Amino acid sequence: MTAIAIARTTDLFAAVMLSGIYGLVSASFFVALDAVDVAFTEAAVGAGIFPLLMLVVLGVTGRYEKTALKPQKAALMKKVAVVITMVITGGLLILGTMDMPAFGDPEAPAQQHVNIRYIEQSPEEIGIPNMVTSVLASYRGYDTLGEVLVIFTAAMGVLALFSSQLFVTRKLSVKIKKDDMHDHNVLRIVSKILIPLILLFAFYVQFHGEYGPGGGFQAGVIFAAGIILYTMLYGLDKARQVIKPGVLRVLCALGVFIYGCTGVVSMLSGGNFLDYSVLASDPIIGQHLGILVIELGVGITIAAGMILIFFAFSHQAESQLGEE
Amino acid sequence: MLDHLPILQVIVPLLAAPACLLLNKPRISWLFACFAAVISLLISAALLNQVQHSGVISYMLGGWEAPWGIEYRIDLLSAYVLLIVSAIGTIVLLAANTGIRNEIDEDKQSLFYVLYLLCMAGLLGIVATGDIFNVFVFLEISSLATYALVAFGRDRRALLTAYQYLIVGTIGATFLLMGIGLLYSLTGTLNMQDIANRLPLVSETSTAYTAFVFMIVGVALKLALFPLHLWLPNTYTYAPSIVTAFLAATATKVAIYLLIRLHFSIFGDDFGGGVIQTVFIALGLLSVFVASTVAIKQPNIKRLFAYSSVAQIGYMIIGIGIGTSLGLQGTLLHLFNHALMKGALFLALAAVVYRIGSTDRACFNGLAKHMPWTMAAVVIAGLSLIGVPLTVGFISKWYLVLASLQSGLWPVALLIVIGSLLAVYYVWTLVESAYFGKADPSLNSASSPPIKEAPLGLLIPLWILVLANVYFGIDTRLPLEASAQAANMLMGAGQ
Repeated sequence: MTAIAIARTTDLFAAVMLSGIYGLVSASFFVALDAVDVAFTEAAVGAGIFPLLMLVVLGVTGRYEKTALKPQKAALMKKVAVVITMVITGGLLILGTMDMPAFGDPEAPAQQHVNIRYIEQSPEEIGIPNMVTSVLASYRGYDTLGEVLVIFTAAMGVLALFSSQLFVTRKLSVKIKKDDMHDHNVLRIVSKILIPLILLFAFYVQFHGEYGPGGGFQAGVIFAAGIILYTMLYGLDKARQVIKPGVLRVLCALGVFIYGCTGVVSMLSGGNFLDYSVLASDPIIGQHLGILVIELGVGITIAAGMILIFFAFSHQAESQLGEE
Repeated sequence: MLDHLPILQVIVPLLAAPACLLLNKPRISWLFACFAAVISLLISAALLNQVQHSGVISYMLGGWEAPWGIEYRIDLLSAYVLLIVSAIGTIVLLAANTGIRNEIDEDKQSLFYVLYLLCMAGLLGIVATGDIFNVFVFLEISSLATYALVAFGRDRRALLTAYQYLIVGTIGATFLLMGIGLLYSLTGTLNMQDIANRLPLVSETSTAYTAFVFMIVGVALKLALFPLHLWLPNTYTYAPSIVTAFLAATATKVAIYLLIRLHFSIFGDDFGGGVIQTVFIALGLLSVFVASTVAIKQPNIKRLFAYSSVAQIGYMIIGIGIGTSLGLQGTLLHLFNHALMKGALFLALAAVVYRIGSTDRACFNGLAKHMPWTMAAVVIAGLSLIGVPLTVGFISKWYLVLASLQSGLWPVALLIVIGSLLAVYYVWTLVESAYFGKADPSLNSASSPPIKEAPLGLLIPLWILVLANVYFGIDTRLPLEASAQAANMLMGAGQ
């Protein structure tokens, strides 16, 4: 229902808020399916960082959708084509799921093949209770490295599009007075109480990923959300004084390096790429160490990347305001 | 260290990218990027050699054996494509320092190299891996980098184009992901080999068919198969010329590789009872004819060659559709050869853009007088595109025609030849205006300085590619041998 509402509305602000709700609902959905880690990620990304980033985009584009001034007939043709494609795709999907193993069937191939080892042996092989983290960080650690690079690439792509003025440090005196948030004292006080807690929670999630749901991805996103909240309330200039964009850029690359170098080190110690067992004399300790280090890399890159993207957009919004 | 070559192939450019960001000086970044690219080229050559002598190389990432961990699996096909991608990636990168000087602001050039390396590493990763979800991850890396690279274009329309490409590309990737999800629900594994082994048990289910359709459509979007090619001409036209040269010679090739991999190695070539074969031949022929006809009328030369790329992709799809070992060899040869000729042509256009700033047809009038080396390169690469003997283009067309005759598809053979005639037409009109056309007096008036030959930084990589076009047209051993072995291996796996 929320998805339909998002598609219908022309008020982009409402669409962003609705998409936040959508994220929260899907997160509860994943909890109901017992996929707590996925739910956590969805809550942090779908209901947390995504609406924040979209809001700052709206700062650049304006709140309302422009209605297209196209000839009615062409628009109608387009609609028909879209509907036909949708019906075919949807029909295929339904057809495809008909022969799929029943939901929750213990005999299904997805439960019978690689899964068994992950569930039965990962506590002995890796030595941590959270199996999702075992799969994510060790068995399929290379995929996770890839995902971190996806975020890194996205951050670089955003930087490539926007002005590099962001990295030129401005003096406070040229600050343009425009943040109407200045008067919202309630918000400012509440956020002052909340932000340290958010950051603290991020660290908890970061280092507790081995035992409960969480890990570098979620921690990075939560940390970034804390900083972004601060930026929204106090303005980009103040935030830039605390965290320099140039430093962020270095951190963003550094996180990838930490992850990659863990792989290289394990290669030099005689194992394969990302084989943590050779990192210490005891394979289990090695696995622990490896996962801890790469999760740190993940967290750093994600947090730095997200904040950079946000800075780039809000810098763009500010310079547009400055021109007007 | 030799054991680690498969992963180093991808990891070297992948980790060189953040290093480039830290360097943050255009020239140093460029040198460093070139260094990384050359290393990865050497690795790919070593890998091909190793595979030819000692068979498939399997590398367990994280030390976990497949299917629990992710496996890198280099067979003849992937080694062959790795060599193409890293060779073209390196040569184009050598030209990049000069090529982007006029097209990208100086403070963003470092970012350009970062994204270029990421894109290249992503493409290499897709080819090297033996795990289907890993394919998706690296597809995302290379695609995201590509969108940003396209958006570097000077023309304001580049931004819109990049956005459209992003939407289309994301739809393609989503389709692929849905297919992967369905396959996982059927087989419980993500390793390609393992899927191929377990799939026959469930291949009659509608879920398997749906997965097949979703994945083929997703890949077809990525490789710009007619009628899903509409994103390609704009992308190639408005992207910076260097990026176009790189994309045209590598990105679609990797998508073709993926299609071959899915079709022959995972699902098996008789999946779906041969219907898909006929569809491939029909769509391939349509690509050739529609795109070539549209190309003839283009006023912008970059766009002309973009459409010509769609047509050439059509030839490769025909080869897959024929479905014999010879047809597949034709496709693989064309993969190699098209990378060489389009790389050369788009680099030549980059030289023209460098000097003149535009690739409108009018600018080419009488240009051969001012830029003789660049235009000579266009002529040779153009001849190769047509498929004239003694160039690489001839070899692959020859194999495609042979394959269709061998399978008794003589109308297809005839149509391939007719399609080449269309290429003759559009290449000739360009050559004619460059050599015999009168320059527009307003463009070359006394007030503006005379147009000079392109700088050596562009000419040298350009001529490396042009000479490769001729060299591999005469001494055909390397591509012929590798492609024949790869094609036989794939057909052997299917039977």
